[in-house]
Amino acid sequence: MRKRLKNTTSKLPALLSCAALLGIWQLVTALGIVPRYMLPSPGAVASVFYKDFGLLAENAKVTLLEAFYGLLLGVLLGFVFAVLMDAFSWLYRAFYPLLVITQTIPTVAVAPLLVLWFGYEMTPKIILIIVVTFFPVTVGLLDGFKAVDPDSVNLLRAMGAGRLKIFRHIKFPSALTPFFSGLRIAAAYSVVGAVISEWLGGFGGLGVYMTRVKKAFAFDKMFAVIILISVISLLLMWLVGFLEKKSMPYKYLHEKE
Amino acid sequence: MEKLTVKNINKAFGGKQVLEDVSVTLGAGEIVCLLGVSGVGKSTLFNVISGLMPPDGGTVLLDGEDITGKPGRISYMLQKDLLLPYRTIEDNIALPLVIKGMGKKEARKQAGGHFEAFGLAGTEKKYPSQLSGGMRQRAALLRTYLFSSGVALLDEPFSALDNLTKTAMHKWYLDVMEQIRLSTLYITHDIDEAIVLSDRIYLLTGAPGRITEEIVIKEPRRERADFSLTGEFLAYKKQILEKL
Repeated sequence: MRKRLKNTTSKLPALLSCAALLGIWQLVTALGIVPRYMLPSPGAVASVFYKDFGLLAENAKVTLLEAFYGLLLGVLLGFVFAVLMDAFSWLYRAFYPLLVITQTIPTVAVAPLLVLWFGYEMTPKIILIIVVTFFPVTVGLLDGFKAVDPDSVNLLRAMGAGRLKIFRHIKFPSALTPFFSGLRIAAAYSVVGAVISEWLGGFGGLGVYMTRVKKAFAFDKMFAVIILISVISLLLMWLVGFLEKKSMPYKYLHEKE
Repeated sequence: MEKLTVKNINKAFGGKQVLEDVSVTLGAGEIVCLLGVSGVGKSTLFNVISGLMPPDGGTVLLDGEDITGKPGRISYMLQKDLLLPYRTIEDNIALPLVIKGMGKKEARKQAGGHFEAFGLAGTEKKYPSQLSGGMRQRAALLRTYLFSSGVALLDEPFSALDNLTKTAMHKWYLDVMEQIRLSTLYITHDIDEAIVLSDRIYLLTGAPGRITEEIVIKEPRRERADFSLTGEFLAYKKQILEKL
């Protein structure tokens, strides 16, 4: 009970600042400081969620599906890369610089190319999401593998463990914390990546919805979809946090007691 | 027959001789101490005996079988308990059995049978971070014991503990050894600890590291509780200090 109270009070400042922002926004629109058609009032944006709910939900489903597949494949690829580069140092030396280079290419620049190569369906979007999500996962895992205590590894070797067992009992569990940090970033990237690739060509998704309402100068709908995208990203990050707590109960012992 | 025989071990790193002709024996159920200052090559010797590091010359025999350079036969325990923070105590202790290929359930069961004797009852489901330093070392010793083929190497196992805990651990340790009769080769730089715990003491001096003296502690282990206050104890200590 006291714990719950503490939780609420610790979140109070954030809630207050959000409320204050909403208040200022309402005030600015009510006083007509910025014209209505450029900055819709919070109420107008909220009503879009009500009126356009079906359309938003349908498009959100497409975006989420792309983000899910992209993230899943990106994480798997990131895992495979990390394990291989950790096991064979020549692979690390050969490919790590390449991986870094893939991250320096701006997403918006590659997306049209992917559309030209793979069409307007889901494939180019998923590929783009894989490209932006595998990297934080690979880097997180590699850092974790490298930070393993050599004494622990020696102890397991003395017990007769081979590389596979050392990986399973020491390396992988030790890398979970940096892995989840990487996954949290990847989850946020996956939604952004999906939206960006939808902008540049597609038949559905929040990015497509966004381009349409932009052409119609429907500012209230623009605001609504932006808010929806950030809510989805927040929910995904929260989900990653939840998974982290579930898979690493030992890290949150003090919270239980 | 000797449980463990270490014969004429030589080891050099980058042209620098670290161990020279080191020979050590360990009888069944015996506690033998290697006493020496830091950096004399004690830990290198343990790495050789446990098979993690091949020696330049010499052999390691376990029950008469040559195990030189073969890990997986002799376990060791360090000053750091090296319990995995993400495993419960029971899973940590069952780990060597799991690595040998035993099923998780069976390994837990076998490990669980020793918790009482090691004074660890009730800690099975806890995580290492929830235990005190002394309790963690007990768990580490039990893990070492479950893994051992009757021989354990302990590398300064109690040196990270505070003095009072250490004294309590010595008593506990002798009690447990009375029950499990584990043959133990033991490294320390603490002279008092060596005299209280050991049946025999090898003095290792360097550099390069060499065995220069072997001292037998004649008093039986069960009389060791207040041993450090007796004249015999001081006589041993004097003898060691002169030699080191």
